[in-house]
Amino acid sequence: MESLSAPPPIRRLDPQDPTPAQEAAPATGTNFVAAKRSIAAPQFSIRRMEVDKVSIHYGAKEAVKSVSLPIRQGEVLSLIGPSGCGKTTLLRSLNRLTELTAAAKLTGSIRLDDVDIRLIEPTLLRRRVTMVFQQPNPFPMSIFDNIAYVLREQGSRRVKKKPLEPQVHSALQRAGLFEEVKDNLKHPALRLSGGQQQRLCIARALAAEPEVLLLDEPCSALDPQSTAVIEDLIVKLRDDVAVVIVTHNLQQAYRIADHVAFMYLGDLVEYNSATRLFNSPTQERTREYVSGAFG
Amino acid sequence: MAQSTGDQHSTVEQQAELETGFPGGVVPPEQGNQPPTKAVEGSSTWSLIDRIGLAFCWFLGLLFCAIAAAIVIYLLIQGIQYLKLDQLTTPAASGFTEGETGGFSDAFIGTLILGVAVGLWHGLWVWLVEYGRPRPLARMTELTIEAIAGIPSIVLALFGTVIFTSTALGFLSRTSEGVVFGRSFFAASSMLALEALPLVVASTREGLNAIPRHVREASYAVGKTKAATTRRILLPTARPQIATGGMLGLGRIIGDTAIILVLLGATQNFAPVEGAPFPLDYLRGAGTSLTNFVYEASPTGNLNQPEKAYAAAFVLLMLVLALNAGTDLVHRRAKRVGTWSH
Repeated sequence: MESLSAPPPIRRLDPQDPTPAQEAAPATGTNFVAAKRSIAAPQFSIRRMEVDKVSIHYGAKEAVKSVSLPIRQGEVLSLIGPSGCGKTTLLRSLNRLTELTAAAKLTGSIRLDDVDIRLIEPTLLRRRVTMVFQQPNPFPMSIFDNIAYVLREQGSRRVKKKPLEPQVHSALQRAGLFEEVKDNLKHPALRLSGGQQQRLCIARALAAEPEVLLLDEPCSALDPQSTAVIEDLIVKLRDDVAVVIVTHNLQQAYRIADHVAFMYLGDLVEYNSATRLFNSPTQERTREYVSGAFG
Repeated sequence: MAQSTGDQHSTVEQQAELETGFPGGVVPPEQGNQPPTKAVEGSSTWSLIDRIGLAFCWFLGLLFCAIAAAIVIYLLIQGIQYLKLDQLTTPAASGFTEGETGGFSDAFIGTLILGVAVGLWHGLWVWLVEYGRPRPLARMTELTIEAIAGIPSIVLALFGTVIFTSTALGFLSRTSEGVVFGRSFFAASSMLALEALPLVVASTREGLNAIPRHVREASYAVGKTKAATTRRILLPTARPQIATGGMLGLGRIIGDTAIILVLLGATQNFAPVEGAPFPLDYLRGAGTSLTNFVYEASPTGNLNQPEKAYAAAFVLLMLVLALNAGTDLVHRRAKRVGTWSH
């Protein structure tokens, strides 16, 4: 099923190269967001997905209007904007999840490693582009089985537990959950705390060994402490997978994103590095939004 | 409310004050060495009509409890008294004394066969509901099922007679010189399944709808197909409701008599079709069930041995209680697993 061309070349970033990396805030700019950027500049960047003039219609309503964006491994891309601006719709179209809600119609093209995603069989695509949702939603089974479900073939139970153990453990480790749950992997996943449940969902999404990880407001149902843990995790993951995160929380976007796309009423208003977008936005709407004038 | 019950215009605060003895019904936190009294909403602050309603609910509730307890206790006493284990293992026989007429093993096994057969039918129906495509057909199926819910079982039985006596379906019952009997476990179980179907479908649908959409999507979002999601996530999650529906449905078919009389033949014993391979010979033949045996053994029936009727009724009751206990177990296990916050 590997219908891929050669993987795109890795571009090591020159410390002098300012494009995707973090730059110093221009002296004239006002810092609208009272948050610290604790993350270091990305070490490298590989183009994974390409959103090319994508429009999405729900019947007569145009939810996303001709949006073009690159999605790169090695970076965290954050989609921000007021409710109903189309950012979640765009995110869900990246693994063709929008197709499940009938009426959605997509024009333009989305490419994963230079292959149009419409040519990739949906179940295969969704293993390469996995997703974590707003509400923690582990399956009603044990912690172990939640991960094993992803590793096994469709509905089968055939691969026994023992051979799956290394993969399950490594997925939990990558999601930073293993140490907390290693002694009770048989416990029901829905008995974990909200933050742990969400990290289990991330582990589940990572177990499929995806190239792109989509996160739809993953922290909005969590307390600040769990949020901090998950933010650290997201930043750590950016070297292994391309990360796209939808968030309502501007501080969060500023803390963890390398690039930020601001959407408003279906339009991509501004796409820029996080520091530039928050400190010296080029568009008036972006300036108003990040300074809290609306939204 | 000893004084001034006639005062229709007293406010809630005034009534609460009468209740608690403190102004406005607010109990002060600490009064000397007295531990603080807990302020609670009492029904004495309710209007007369609400209080009458409450009393009526209590009366009906206790009445139902008393009736149910009376039935169960009466059957327990009578059943244990007359039930002998060999009744479950010996078939009914013709004879003049109680010893000669045997037990009701055929009726007991017949009931079990019907239960299993109906369960199998339901597998098919649940599958139809979950995968109901195209949409208009699924909608029509739903409407039909809702319509079936209101049909009395005797009507279903007559309808079944029409269907199963047709020549094309002769292989499902006994045929003799071109005449199709149309009375068999196949015929009875299919109509019983239809009778129980609305109960099963309603609670299964309720269970499936209670699963948040994002949980299904989480399964699709790791590359699972709809079939895999249904089998491994949706059906196991809806298991308590499916069990409840199955219990209600089985309870209904275990207790049904009209379809047994008309479509199962209501014979005293199994009447397997000669020459057919093993399970099919019994399933194509006529038979009986516990309800029918209770009817036959009651003073109005042919057998007229009320003691055996009590024993059989006791077994029937135990079956239903066992079903209840099983459903309870499924619910409790599901509770241990937990559920989503929404």
